[in-house]
Amino acid sequence: MSTLKVFKSLVKDSLDIITRGSIKYLIWMGFLTFVMLAGMYCYSIQLEEGLIVTGMTDRVSWGLYISNFTFLVGVAAAAVMLVMPTYVLKDIDFKQAVLIGEGLAVAALVMCLAFVVADMGGPSVLWHMIPGIGVFNFPDSMLAWDVIVLNGYLFINISIPFYILFKHYQGKEANAKVYVPGAILSVFWAVGIHLVTAFLYQGLQARPFWNNALLGPRFLASAFAAGPALIILVLAIIRTFTSFKIEDKTIKKIALIVTVAAQINLIMLVSELFKEFYSPTHHSESAIYLFFGLEGKTALLPWIWTAISLNVLATVLLTVSTLRNNFKVLYFCCFMLFVAIWIEKGFGLIVPGFIPGPYGKISEYMPTGIEIGVTLGIWALGAFVFTILAKTAIGIETGELRFKAKND
Amino acid sequence: MSGIGKYFKLNMNSATKQTSGSCSCGNSSGGCGSNNQDQMSDKDFDAAVDAAIGDERTKDGFEQVFDVKMDRRTAFRKLTASLVIGAGAVSSSCSLTTGENSKEKAQIDWEEQFKGNYKLMTDEEKKGTVDRLVRSYQLRKGENIKMSSTNAVKDVLFGYAFNISKCQGYMDCVNACVKENNQDRNSEMQYIRIHEMKDGEGLKFNEADDNYYHEVPAEGHFYMGTQCFHCDNPPCVDVCPVQATWREEDGLVVIDYDWCVGCRYCMAACPYDGRRFNWSTPEVPEEEINKNQHYLGNRMRKKGVMEKCTFCVQRSRSGKDPACVEACPTGARIFGNLLDPKSTIRWVLENKKVFRLKEDLGTEPKFWYFMD
Repeated sequence: MSTLKVFKSLVKDSLDIITRGSIKYLIWMGFLTFVMLAGMYCYSIQLEEGLIVTGMTDRVSWGLYISNFTFLVGVAAAAVMLVMPTYVLKDIDFKQAVLIGEGLAVAALVMCLAFVVADMGGPSVLWHMIPGIGVFNFPDSMLAWDVIVLNGYLFINISIPFYILFKHYQGKEANAKVYVPGAILSVFWAVGIHLVTAFLYQGLQARPFWNNALLGPRFLASAFAAGPALIILVLAIIRTFTSFKIEDKTIKKIALIVTVAAQINLIMLVSELFKEFYSPTHHSESAIYLFFGLEGKTALLPWIWTAISLNVLATVLLTVSTLRNNFKVLYFCCFMLFVAIWIEKGFGLIVPGFIPGPYGKISEYMPTGIEIGVTLGIWALGAFVFTILAKTAIGIETGELRFKAKND
Repeated sequence: MSGIGKYFKLNMNSATKQTSGSCSCGNSSGGCGSNNQDQMSDKDFDAAVDAAIGDERTKDGFEQVFDVKMDRRTAFRKLTASLVIGAGAVSSSCSLTTGENSKEKAQIDWEEQFKGNYKLMTDEEKKGTVDRLVRSYQLRKGENIKMSSTNAVKDVLFGYAFNISKCQGYMDCVNACVKENNQDRNSEMQYIRIHEMKDGEGLKFNEADDNYYHEVPAEGHFYMGTQCFHCDNPPCVDVCPVQATWREEDGLVVIDYDWCVGCRYCMAACPYDGRRFNWSTPEVPEEEINKNQHYLGNRMRKKGVMEKCTFCVQRSRSGKDPACVEACPTGARIFGNLLDPKSTIRWVLENKKVFRLKEDLGTEPKFWYFMD
């Protein structure tokens, strides 16, 4: 009877809470809105002129958009590292962090989808990809799989927190029998989205740099480092600026996850480097280009070496437990790790796949201002979505938002 | 028509199911040579165009859109379309200046925007979209083009051979290809790349120059052309999320430009640099446009879609050689029906030491190289 009424009141309350806040909050949202508008303006130019306004060419046909997409799939998948200990291993610490993690996953997925759309040459015919109305090349195309798993994951990550928050909003306890199966499903699904995204590249025999069995596992390891690292940073911010209680224990546990994942990631990096450089073949040329440059073309060199230095430094610091338990060092490490993996798994992975080209042609890629503008706009969109979700969730969890309270 | 609604396909080596030497035309000489058929289909086609355009003149817009048989998919699409048309109709009906022509243009645009995938169309639907495109061109540019939707002919499998000894790097093939296929002049898009290699160093593509501007043949060099190889197991087809590209029954790997969403996954999957993308709206001066077109071939493209060599489907399916073969002054390029034992291409395959590029990838290109 009243479910609809409760929902209506929830929407009204959350609209109310997200439009009010401290001056810092308002500046933050205003800033994001401005960046989004700037991004939309850049995108309108791209729509008008075509993808010619980006740095992409027939030689390097994927660039910043697909790089960010790949990275963000990892961030989205990382929410699982909080869900699993909470719901599967019954470690109660994480429960509140999970809501934040899932909010982050939703924001990351929104960004992923936005990046894919931004990369499309014909966004007006995107309905061709909708199963049922369009023609879906399933199961042959990994991109078709990706569309399904990403949207499925988005659905799971919206519905579970929504159910929990909806119950809490009414002052009721969420029924574990309802959401735990969903949570368990999301654990497998998260691994799925990232493996499928890796397979997207891994399955291409045309690109030896990607056509590599380690790509999938390495995607997972780097995702479980970068994603929870971002969650730690976000929790740190939430702890400082809101009344939401997050225990030290929670952050320390997540830090442990980050550390182990970063270590595994580093081992895989070493294994990859060994394979490429111990006995370099024709197929190692992309790696040579990435790490040392080919024929005087060295655009990625400063980036990848920055990434590797940050990666190693952060992993070493995190490994020492006294340093890891010092929150200042921890936050710094998480930031380094996040940046390092963004470079390494973003354009450090996508761009060298195209260089050298199928016939050995080396032509470099440099994103244009418009491309960067759209990219920043989409990141701002993600931050905007996350802030809205987090503010509502925190409002409900701290008891500030309650359905009953209004009726009294 | 090629595999309709096939989900799983194992078409590796499908070229080997050769029912030897019975091209539908019987007597062949280079190409398929099914000349009788082509004259027939040309006549049919002209009649069809007239009929269709006449039809559009008599029928009103409502009938054009709604007086058609439809399945669930088209029905849904029409519903979506009609919602938007509704909004458009309000504004256009309020405007007194909107002429008949612009209404028809809008009609065609809606039909085109919400049409299905060419691969899955019936012959009738194919004719419908071709007619609309011809009419649309007429309305917009005031010029008549000829567009065909000729299907693959049975017992034809197109193949190509390239004589490395003969090629001198004149690039006449490239020029002919650009003209024939209405490629974008702004970005100087070219399907064919000619790689200039040094004598005595073997096939070193990475050291070859595929963008030379000097007199040819250059001393101490040899030349090798690459383009789409029309693989029999094409990786680009597998990866396309919307089946906008596929392998036709006669072995041509084609693209429905109107169905392509422009994700460029096929480009990443192609090991032969065979695909090109329209980064901006392609432009060809009106007087240079080749008006003899095929839906899957050289019709005008739009921005944000893939395109590639189709072995000049508009020519090869009417028994002619592709433009590059015809233009080559040295005779380095040989094209024909692989299923016809009397074709030149078969003679080359049987009598020359032929090889293909990157055979280890399992793509089974239908493009062979040989030397004298």
